[in-house]
Amino acid sequence: MVDIRSDASEAIPPSEVEDVELYHPKSWWTKYVFSQDAKIIAIQYSMTATAIGMVALVLSWLMRLQLGFPGTFDFIDADHYYQFITMHGMIMVIYLLTALFLGGFGNYLIPLMVGARDMVFPYANMLSYWLYLLAVLVLAAGFFAPGGPTGAGWTLYPPQAILSGTPGGKDWGILLMLFSLILFIIGFTMGGLNYVVTVLQGRARGMTLMRMPLTIWGIFTATVMALLAFPALFVAAVMMLFDRLLGTSFFMPAIVEMGEQLQQGGGSPILFQHLFWFFGHPEVYIVALPAFGIVSDLISTHARKNIFGYRMMVWAIVIIGALSFIVWAHHMYVSGMNPKFGFFFATTTLIIAVPTAIKVYNWVLTLWRGDIHLSLPMLFALAFIVTFVNGGLTGLFLGNVVVDVPLSDTMFVVAHFHMVMGVAPILVIFGAIYHWYPKVTGRMLNEAMGQIHFWVTFLGAYLIFFPMHYLGLLGIPRRYHELGETAFIPESAHTLNAFISVMALTVGAAQILFLFNLVWSLKKGREAGGNPWRATTLEWQTPQTPPAHGNWGKELPIVYRWAYDYSVPGAAEDFIPQNQPGLGGPTREAAS
Amino acid sequence: MSVMLLFLAAIAAIIIWWMAQQRLTSRPWLEVGHLGQPGGGERSPIPAVKIGLYVFLAVVGALFSLFISAYLMRVGTPDWWSTPIPRLLWLNTAMLIVSSAAMQWAKTEAERGRDDPMRTALLAALATAILFLTGQVFAWRELTQAGYVLADNPANSFFYVITGMHGLHILGGLVALGRTTVKAWSAPASRSLRLSVDLCAVYWHFMLAVWLILFALFAGWANDFADLCRQLLT
Repeated sequence: MVDIRSDASEAIPPSEVEDVELYHPKSWWTKYVFSQDAKIIAIQYSMTATAIGMVALVLSWLMRLQLGFPGTFDFIDADHYYQFITMHGMIMVIYLLTALFLGGFGNYLIPLMVGARDMVFPYANMLSYWLYLLAVLVLAAGFFAPGGPTGAGWTLYPPQAILSGTPGGKDWGILLMLFSLILFIIGFTMGGLNYVVTVLQGRARGMTLMRMPLTIWGIFTATVMALLAFPALFVAAVMMLFDRLLGTSFFMPAIVEMGEQLQQGGGSPILFQHLFWFFGHPEVYIVALPAFGIVSDLISTHARKNIFGYRMMVWAIVIIGALSFIVWAHHMYVSGMNPKFGFFFATTTLIIAVPTAIKVYNWVLTLWRGDIHLSLPMLFALAFIVTFVNGGLTGLFLGNVVVDVPLSDTMFVVAHFHMVMGVAPILVIFGAIYHWYPKVTGRMLNEAMGQIHFWVTFLGAYLIFFPMHYLGLLGIPRRYHELGETAFIPESAHTLNAFISVMALTVGAAQILFLFNLVWSLKKGREAGGNPWRATTLEWQTPQTPPAHGNWGKELPIVYRWAYDYSVPGAAEDFIPQNQPGLGGPTREAAS
Repeated sequence: MSVMLLFLAAIAAIIIWWMAQQRLTSRPWLEVGHLGQPGGGERSPIPAVKIGLYVFLAVVGALFSLFISAYLMRVGTPDWWSTPIPRLLWLNTAMLIVSSAAMQWAKTEAERGRDDPMRTALLAALATAILFLTGQVFAWRELTQAGYVLADNPANSFFYVITGMHGLHILGGLVALGRTTVKAWSAPASRSLRLSVDLCAVYWHFMLAVWLILFALFAGWANDFADLCRQLLT
């Protein structure tokens, strides 16, 4: 583990944030490359995550090509297919979603939204990004290593993950994957300490916890969860490395490989599953909670109405975070367990639906009688609510042991988790980018391209994943590289598979339009001004757009109100910024 | 996983205790105006680095709880022969206790503003911690020479991996402590130095506590507890 304190112990934070000394870059290199400014680090995180995410997108295309048109593409054999599945899953869940929500949005939004000049430990923050980049490079090196990347499935279950029958099992693939995960976790821990301590200690005067925007609550809670959950993956990765390299038997049972009895024996593959899912289930909410928070702010801002049930929203975030640590074994129903445990984990799983449903009701009630502007962020936020409810409902099915056991190895599960933790958070990421891009660059994203991007992505995602539920109910297995001649699979299922593949290619292509829009609008976009959405939160009240180094001018903002003062009766505007003491307009008092 | 759940319960208790002071039941939409005074949900007076250290210790605690959980799930399988505890480990434990005590001494002297004894105490802590690490390496050698090698038996594997992980954490702490000691010898004590000493002391006490738990685990005194955990889970 890396020691965080050594570099951070120099500066004692004074009682007032006003005196915090910032690191001032001296050259182009320290300003834009080895930057300690959270905003630059956020952009670095986002660009790296997007780049590796594009790789994962292409992998999904290749998988869909094989599933939709089996036998057409010679270069996709069974080994390659498993490698694509593994890398697609791991990249999307960890290197894209986690890194983008916490490393990207967390870095950009936390200091700005709580009214700080920067993160509290800027140096550790910089190291966090460079370790993340290293992790991504090590992961990507798998594609060029002899034997290719690992094909063990994103869950990396032993013993198969480190046996020769699995692609990369006895080559470099699995090693690079495990090293990459270890690097990612060390890097994330450094960043995560920053996010947590900045929220705790970096807040501007008057910014009480209950005045924080829900975006910050979501990112904060998710970071706390990630700090406690990632060590489980770390432990699992270290122990598997020992099994693979040094012949220990933590996870390896007695096994015959290629007709040869291995030295190892007595290990417990179930132990790995416990460790993996002890990380893996909180991971779902590590991705979901920032999405919940961001979507709350998008809805409130673009419906010009205060969020309904703010306190309830905060409590729900915290309760979901706590509950998500005691449901992990619902991923292991098919591994076999004591029925009493199955009952316990099914119950806790279903209980999570309660705070989650509260959040959904509150979003809908915020919209009710709001002044809904169907801007792009709002469209994505609405799409998120629908998609999340859809994915959540199938989650209620799968949370029950008796339903999960027959469905577990079918496409139904693929459809479920793509809806709930693939499409839904990605929709929020898009909405958030359309929302905050003007603050990051000073220009609006192109509306027409955005509309095409939205409708193709939203409708396309449904055309991909809705039919997939049906395929799952038919009993079509997941993880299979081709179905072959099977009596229970009708011809129509193959047609449907081909249709899904065409839709997947289309939706993927729409993302290229989105990336083009990001680049195009940088120069050609409409000038945004400081606060184009007329929002209340602090990041829109910076003296410069994009915010300069140090975020605020000479004086830090002082917070007088919560983040959701929209359409307040008697106010001059339909929004009151958090740092504005009075109602504004003619009745405005001196801000002393 | 019962040990990890116990650890999480402790963390949850701390979080609940903290949140109880944060006015989470306030109605922010009714409270317009500046809340200047600390207390009502504002920042804590504890320095940010110290809070950062506590959060980091929670992460380290989670890491070792998970290792211990894994150990307890694997212990007692038919292929398990306990690793004997080298007698050297007793000496090492004593070294780490002395080191921790010296850190506490350094911290007290730093608070009183007496530089010279503080410097001596820091050196003593540094030296004993290095002795601890050296001793651990010798204990490993003793075990391997007696034929208890890494991959022969899960008990050995766990012993080497977990003590190795603990050693790495001590090594990381030594970097911080080394820098603090150099700083203490090169300049008169300042506020930032006192804070550094304080942070090192907290970390040292924590790593000592972790070591004592691990030692109890390897020596088999924790077997009753392990049995209890297993009964809870079966």
